Parts: sequence; C-alpha cells; structure tokens
Amino acid sequence: MKDLSSHILDIVQNSIRANARRIGIELEEDLLRDRLTVRIEDDGDGMDEETLRRVRDPFYTSRTVRKVGLGIPLLTQNAERTGGSVTIESALGKGTVLTATFTHSHLDRPPLGDIAGTLALLTAANPEREFVYRHTSGKGEYRFDTREVRQLLGEVPVNDPEIVRAIRELIAENVSEISEEG
Amino acid sequence: MDKIKTLADLKKIRERVQAKIDLREKSENTENMVQIKVGMSTCGISAGSKETMSWFLEHLEENGIQAVVTQTGCMGHCSYEPTVEITKPGREPIVFGKVTPRKAEEIMQKYLKKDELVEGILPANYDTIEGIK
Repeated sequence: MKDLSSHILDIVQNSIRANARRIGIELEEDLLRDRLTVRIEDDGDGMDEETLRRVRDPFYTSRTVRKVGLGIPLLTQNAERTGGSVTIESALGKGTVLTATFTHSHLDRPPLGDIAGTLALLTAANPEREFVYRHTSGKGEYRFDTREVRQLLGEVPVNDPEIVRAIRELIAENVSEISEEG
Repeated sequence: MDKIKTLADLKKIRERVQAKIDLREKSENTENMVQIKVGMSTCGISAGSKETMSWFLEHLEENGIQAVVTQTGCMGHCSYEPTVEITKPGREPIVFGKVTPRKAEEIMQKYLKKDELVEGILPANYDTIEGIK
C-alpha cells in the first residue's frame, strides 16, 4: 500500500463485509504530539475474541477464495515502523473500532494520498451505506457526511459520474485547506 | 468551472445532473445499463483498482456508455488484479484481469462499444461439465 488513503479503502472493505450500515473514518493530525491517527469505526457484525486474536495473523482470513488476509498486517507494519501501532476493539454484535497511529514526521510514514478520491469512490460504490469522514488538524476541522449529501441529492443517484467528480472535488478542496501535509 | 467547496456548490451540480437524467430517462431504460464491478480488496487496491474504477467513472460518458460502476471483493485471482467484472444487459458476466486504465480503454473501445472480446478474460464464471448438464 502506497499511502494512507489506500489503507483506509482497504480496511473499510472489512467493515463492508461485516455488513456495516454506518462507517466512521477519522483522521487526526496532531503536530504538537507529532502524531497522525486514523480511526475506522463501524456498526457491523463485530468479531468474537477468537477471531479478534487471529485477525493480525496474515494467514488468517474469513474468505474462502484465498488463504491469506494481508489488510491489517500491512497496516500494522506501516504503523509500527514509524513508532506507532494498530489497536482493534470489537465484540460480536457491537461493531469494530480500528485505530492506527503513526509518528507524523517520520520518514517512513505513508503520505495521506488521495483521500478525496477514496471517499468519493466509497460513497459511489456503496449507496446503501453511510460514511462519515472527520479530519482534524491544528488548522481546523472538516466533516463529510454522506447522509447530508444524499439528502441534498434527492433522487439524483450518488454514483452519477458527474456527482462523483463533484464530491471528490468538494472533499479535496476542504482537506487541502486543513491538511498539515506539504 | 467554479470551485466546489460547500454543499451549496454541490447542489448546483445536482440541478444540472437532474436535468440530464430527466432527458435520459425519456429515451432509455436504466435497467438496461451495463454493470461494471471493480475488485476492491487488499490485492486489488495495491494493484491500482482505485485508479481503474476512477477511469471508468470518468470516461463512460464521453464514450456514450451508460453503466453503473460499483465495487466487489476479491474473487481469488489476486495475481491478476485489478480485476473488473462486466455484465451487459441480458448477458453472462465476464471477468477481465490486469485492468489498468490502459486495459480499461481497450475494453471500452472493443468490448463495451463493439462487442469484441479482448485478451485477459479470467475463467471466473465458467460452468463445470456438471453445470452445463
């Protein structure tokens, strides 16, 4: 994975497979503590203790079409090599919260990448799910909520190419204003 | 075009798209749209499936193809990612492998527009002999 937006896209797929209706994605850039935190929270099926224990094992997956599951191990590797970590809290029927922390200034910290494009694609590809994105930094806060967007769109489909393009631009404009990255 | 920065800006776009959809629905049935599903799991994402999905979304209109673009999971063809499953109305789905934006362009010009097959089709939905019987 080249950047954090790819990791986010990837981890959110786990929430989707767990039948989440509502997925929160939070990105916090704290330069005072030199930390970048990504938190992905869902209201999906959740995991029992046994699954939760095995979820970091690259040779564990809930899929049957292949034998490896690399999403969480790859994220953990990237977080740990910047001095950060990944924690996962979950219980059956209660959803899951995954928190990844990175040292913001670390050379090996993956760049944010195309956050706007990732969120626009997730919104377009999952019209039946709700996404809430919250980005905070020393410069301010931005919140994107697909419920607001859907309400505004009415019967215009959220996956119309022109709408997807507009959503991407909307997020990109706002994120670039508060991001602490170059 | 003006910048899109607030939900109010998005609403203006909505008005324009609404007008376009009204025109379209008079002439075509939305059920007859092509379905394009892009594999979006760890293997797909690291191979560039996000760029592939964006490419389809951005180039359908100019090519005159009406399609719904969504995502799907991993089908087990990890070494052939990004994979894209295309279902034309009333047809069996076809899964294409290694669909970079360049390959997507070829699929657009040949399969979607002229109904010609291209190289790189994966045996994802072949029937077994039992299945055919």
